[in-house]
Amino acid sequence: MSDPVFQVGQRVRIADRTPPVHHRVPAYAKGHVGVIERVCGLHGQPEKFIRGNGKPAQRIYRVVIPQDELWMNYAGTAADRLEIEIFEHWLESAE
Amino acid sequence: MSEPWGPHDLGGQQGGPVDLAEHDTAYWEWQIDAMVRLALKKGLISDFAELRDGIEQLTPEDYENCTYYERWAKSLAYALVSRGVVSEAQLEEKVSAVRARQEAEGAV
Repeated sequence: MSDPVFQVGQRVRIADRTPPVHHRVPAYAKGHVGVIERVCGLHGQPEKFIRGNGKPAQRIYRVVIPQDELWMNYAGTAADRLEIEIFEHWLESAE
Repeated sequence: MSEPWGPHDLGGQQGGPVDLAEHDTAYWEWQIDAMVRLALKKGLISDFAELRDGIEQLTPEDYENCTYYERWAKSLAYALVSRGVVSEAQLEEKVSAVRARQEAEGAV
């Protein structure tokens, strides 16, 4: 398996697309920019498990996004953050 | 915020109060759970992602009106028919037979 495309600390954007199958990315996170917090490992792609075997497996990253960038009029603190696990094929560099 | 993918994609929307009532699991619900796990083990469906996909393909009305394991049952049926493990005719025949048996037993 190839090396991770993204590194810890790198800024990435979550793709804003809606394939009409299970894809495990919530609408509220699509299009947002976050920072890679850790490289989590490999898993089959949700989209390719539908009448398929999930292959090729994709690397998963934990991505951190400040909550006040996700929600309008966010009432919590500026330190609040979402940590969400996203497959590599849903990320692009936002450096 | 992007458009939600289906009625399950609820993050960020107002959902009303959470129903915290306790409930028992009915015998048929255990049976559906067992069928899904057997289908996974036998490779008839590939992964829980495939089960999730079938749930996400439900119409908003079906999604709203079905209980948790009713969604599982519909999704498993959809996957097995889509994969040609059973035909729609076989499924309908079996459902009719079970319904007739239950009516004869006075269960429904």
